[in-house]
Amino acid sequence: METTADWRLKATTVRRREIWMERLFLLAAWGALLLTISLLLAILGKLFVDGLTRLNWQFLTSFPSRRPEEAGIFSAWVGTLYVMVLTATIALPLGVGAAIYLEEFASRNWFARLVELNISNLAGIPAIVYGLLGLQVFVRWFRMGESVLAGACTLALMSLPVIIVASREALRAVPNSIREAALALGATKWQTVRDHVLPLALPGIMTGTILALSRAIGEAAPLVTIGALTFVAFLPKSPFDPFTVLPIQAYNWISRPQPEFHHNAAAALIVLLVLLLLMNSLAIYLRNRYQQRWRI
Amino acid sequence: MRTAQWVHWQERLVVALLVICASVSVVTTLAIVLSLGVEAFGFFREVPLWRFLTEREWTPLFATKKFGILPLVCGTFLIAGIAMLLAVPMGILIATYLAEYASERARRFLKPVIEGLAGIPSVLYGYFALLFVTPLLQKFLPSLSGFNALSPGIVLAFMVLPTIASLSEDIIYAVPQSIREASLALGATKLQTTFRAVLPAASSGIISACLLGFARAVGETMLVTIAAGQMPNLTLNPLEPVQTMTAFIVQVSLGDVPHGTLEYRTIFAVGLTLFLITLVFNLLGLFLRERFIRTFQRMA
Repeated sequence: METTADWRLKATTVRRREIWMERLFLLAAWGALLLTISLLLAILGKLFVDGLTRLNWQFLTSFPSRRPEEAGIFSAWVGTLYVMVLTATIALPLGVGAAIYLEEFASRNWFARLVELNISNLAGIPAIVYGLLGLQVFVRWFRMGESVLAGACTLALMSLPVIIVASREALRAVPNSIREAALALGATKWQTVRDHVLPLALPGIMTGTILALSRAIGEAAPLVTIGALTFVAFLPKSPFDPFTVLPIQAYNWISRPQPEFHHNAAAALIVLLVLLLLMNSLAIYLRNRYQQRWRI
Repeated sequence: MRTAQWVHWQERLVVALLVICASVSVVTTLAIVLSLGVEAFGFFREVPLWRFLTEREWTPLFATKKFGILPLVCGTFLIAGIAMLLAVPMGILIATYLAEYASERARRFLKPVIEGLAGIPSVLYGYFALLFVTPLLQKFLPSLSGFNALSPGIVLAFMVLPTIASLSEDIIYAVPQSIREASLALGATKLQTTFRAVLPAASSGIISACLLGFARAVGETMLVTIAAGQMPNLTLNPLEPVQTMTAFIVQVSLGDVPHGTLEYRTIFAVGLTLFLITLVFNLLGLFLRERFIRTFQRMA
């Protein structure tokens, strides 16, 4: 026969074990988080230790060179900005247009469902496959060559799914009463969207677009595939000129044996990281500054 | 009257334009299949499919050409496997902690940190793997070669961690409160509730997050190109250099391979293989995610 004392003892043992299990779990979770944060710090630390000394005005305004101490990233950062602006020009109207169609105009028909399924699937396709697409379609079939335009078209297609998803969320956040008010006053559907819904959704759309672009310009793989050069001693003058970008320039320097070139790569990556940070801060600023809290 | 008609026509024109914008995504998918398919078809006319799938050597750029994809697939899965070995337990631990245990303040600080990992360019991860992690590991493993599968595998784990942790956290967070309450009401502790009620309920969603993370890992390019090497190698030894499918495509793209040659076509055959592999994992992941959401929509 088990007495009350026996039961109590059992219960205490079980409880003690549970407490220890919980501590073990929390310890493991904190360990994983600590590891992640220290990796992040290690990456930044390594980068700045290696690259900060190389970062100066000469480095920003020189073309690449065979001598590491004379080499610079002028053509690379100009190329990155050029590609980014062109990508945004192509991707933003297409992405917002698709989002407006899906959110505001499409009824639940087969076409809307097909597009939706397609977008979630496109988001998972590796960047380098987009590069092969760009190589075949833009470089070969459309005869754009290894140009800024071909690169921008490729990156635009790659960032479209992200822009569409972000824009749809922004449009969905605009309350229906706004639409109903405009329609009740006799505006057409497009007038309602153009004059009322779109302006209100614009901050959200811009935030999503900037984040998508910052993803795209950090990505070297698709541009390597379409044939962006690794050694460019001139600036692209028109969208049809060959070009290079920061991550490709950095990759080129990493793959050389001399440590001096590795330091150049680190410095180029610092510039890229600063650019990405600026874009992300802009996105966060836009979100906080213009985000509406709807009271309905 | 004329203005009313004009407005009507404008409306129809706009809808037509919007439909065109929306169909770009469908056209992109078709263009991917078509552009990969056309060149891969040319490739398989010269190299039979069975040789592509069964030969054990990959030397398309050498004098004696062998076209067995196995070494590239093996290298890809080896690195992605190492990454998943680390990223899955870490991702689930972090997701569970953030969704069930962390305070709102901790959540708000930690989530951006985790997601920030996804914003780092992959060339920078490659730089870090080649020039920091590999030399560090070589101190403990003297037989580790300068290019290897281990170091990019470890770093890749942190690249896919945001995908796995963030998607799993959303899923765990979405498990209905009634499940927790039922378990607690039966006298279970918080930890028991988490591991025996909440996580099992979220399992299909967590598996979906891991599949999507795996597809990410398989398609990652610059990190593995920089740190794993350019040597197709049919091995499961993580200390040796290997080449992934993505790294091979980069290697050929950087060289001067003229359009229309067999070498040029190989990258499309490899690209098609990569596309199909990631497609399977993505579709499976999306399907499971959909199923999770539908299950709990019915409950709520």
